[in-house]
Amino acid sequence: MELRGKAHCFGDDVNTDYIISGKYKFKTLDMKELAKHVMEDLDPDFARKVQPGDFVVAGRNFGCGSSREQAPLALLNAGVGAVLAQSFARIFYRNAINTGLPVVVCDTSLIESGDELVVDLEKGLLQNLTKGKEIPIKPLPPVMLKILSDGGLAAHFRKYGTFHL
Amino acid sequence: MGKTIAEKILSNKSGQNAYANDIVVADVDFRMGQDGTSPLAIRAFEAMNGERVYHPESAAFVIDHSAPSPLEGVSALHALMRQFSKENNMILYDIGEGVCHQLLPEKGHVGPGSLVIGADSHTCTYGALNAFATGVGSTDLAAALISGKMWFKVPETIKFVCHGTLPAGVYSKDLILFLISQVTADGATYMAAEYTGEAIQALSVEARFTISNMAIEMGAKVGLMEADDKVMEWVCAHSNNKFEPVNSDPDAEYAAIKEYDVSQLDPYVAKPHRVDNGVPVGEVAGTPIQQAVLGTCTNGRLEDLTIAARILKGRKIHPDVRFIVAPASRQVYLKAMETGVLKTLVEAGAAVVTPGCGPCVGTHNGVPSDGENVISTANRNFKGRMANNKAFIYLASPATVAASAVKGEITDPREFI
Repeated sequence: MELRGKAHCFGDDVNTDYIISGKYKFKTLDMKELAKHVMEDLDPDFARKVQPGDFVVAGRNFGCGSSREQAPLALLNAGVGAVLAQSFARIFYRNAINTGLPVVVCDTSLIESGDELVVDLEKGLLQNLTKGKEIPIKPLPPVMLKILSDGGLAAHFRKYGTFHL
Repeated sequence: MGKTIAEKILSNKSGQNAYANDIVVADVDFRMGQDGTSPLAIRAFEAMNGERVYHPESAAFVIDHSAPSPLEGVSALHALMRQFSKENNMILYDIGEGVCHQLLPEKGHVGPGSLVIGADSHTCTYGALNAFATGVGSTDLAAALISGKMWFKVPETIKFVCHGTLPAGVYSKDLILFLISQVTADGATYMAAEYTGEAIQALSVEARFTISNMAIEMGAKVGLMEADDKVMEWVCAHSNNKFEPVNSDPDAEYAAIKEYDVSQLDPYVAKPHRVDNGVPVGEVAGTPIQQAVLGTCTNGRLEDLTIAARILKGRKIHPDVRFIVAPASRQVYLKAMETGVLKTLVEAGAAVVTPGCGPCVGTHNGVPSDGENVISTANRNFKGRMANNKAFIYLASPATVAASAVKGEITDPREFI
């Protein structure tokens, strides 16, 4: 699976309240509505700027805080193609895979906002076209690769009726 | 080779001889969702072609995050939860019952050695009862509702040994804010935290919940403690279920062991907008506050309300401060009425709201205005957490919150003790 888009850079410890605030997420199951407010407290213009397939790029501990699955779903519905970070908080990481949002652990220090990136999840390679650099990515654990390749945990359960890992 | 508490519980529940970094599929003893996460779990349950909830008597929905409903949209989601739990014979704790993390222990659903998942990140609270309890998302909850199972990567364990005796006016909240400031917000990511040492053993079970509750704020999957006599007594008073305590082996392997002497610890305050931004109260004393919040799954128990009431007895809160109190559950509410604690708080000027999460998570019941400072007993102070990204949240113990409410500025509670 090859993903291509522009980078939108954020810092360390981007928590799930920043991804989608509690003041919105409790009101609705309409993820398109939530997507209008994604990352709002860090960058009020993000939802308008992001193009389909673009990447959210961050430092350490992306997705820390609450267990809200609205966080990966709001990113997905805003058109985000993948999240690239130096590390992820564990609940967000699970939720992203379960809902089909690719999450990539790599050295993000060589990426700036606006850089054109290509990510190949199978080959484990990230190319920064703007900077002319190749960046290795950490492969997903086999269990998570299995869930992601089944199309998320819901599709996995539709297929097997239970955990088949 | 010896095992940690986490390795033992996941071995017991999976039937595998599991060690850190192994992947297991384990039987879950109790499953929980709240009103911010359950509606999505119901959608995921449907997407999985789920037909019925496996053992519905060990699964609960709790309506606590927006309780009672402040909006039409929320009401529809609550109705969805009520309908689903009724159709599936699940337990439903509706508005006014309390915060999920108070209810699961209080109603006897969790205890030593049990494996619990909750679609709420502070599910780690029950680690204080020696339960492997961890937060998950809605899709994981749906999978567990259907199958009764969950996959886990067995975590490595980081052990915190707290020596000494906490000084007067310094509480378990101060201790956990201090520990988080030491290891930072991702210091225990993917790991189990074990909290031990004589300073932990000296704490009441209620005070211990505060520490395990905030394990997630250092990134931990669970915040485990041993089941000593105090825990067994507490659990017997709340549950008819049989629980088997699980202790770590002397030769268990730890990713790290951190030792602290807490005898000189000051009251701690986490400054905006990070939970690991903790400092001794002296560094922020004098900061004016406009709102004080006492409650939440971190510090809304009877002991917490009682500590605050001791400071507020015969005093009035500062005229420039709104003081919001949310008892953690109906039972806490009733006991606080019986003991006179609630009367003291109300006489001092408290606005008491329905047991629930509201003010902490920004759904309703006390949204601050632009530029205001809030001091709260909650567990998160992220920008916008209380629904206004131009407000500033300081986290502290019930004593520090009460003292600050009286003076209208952040105050060392030892001035009142």
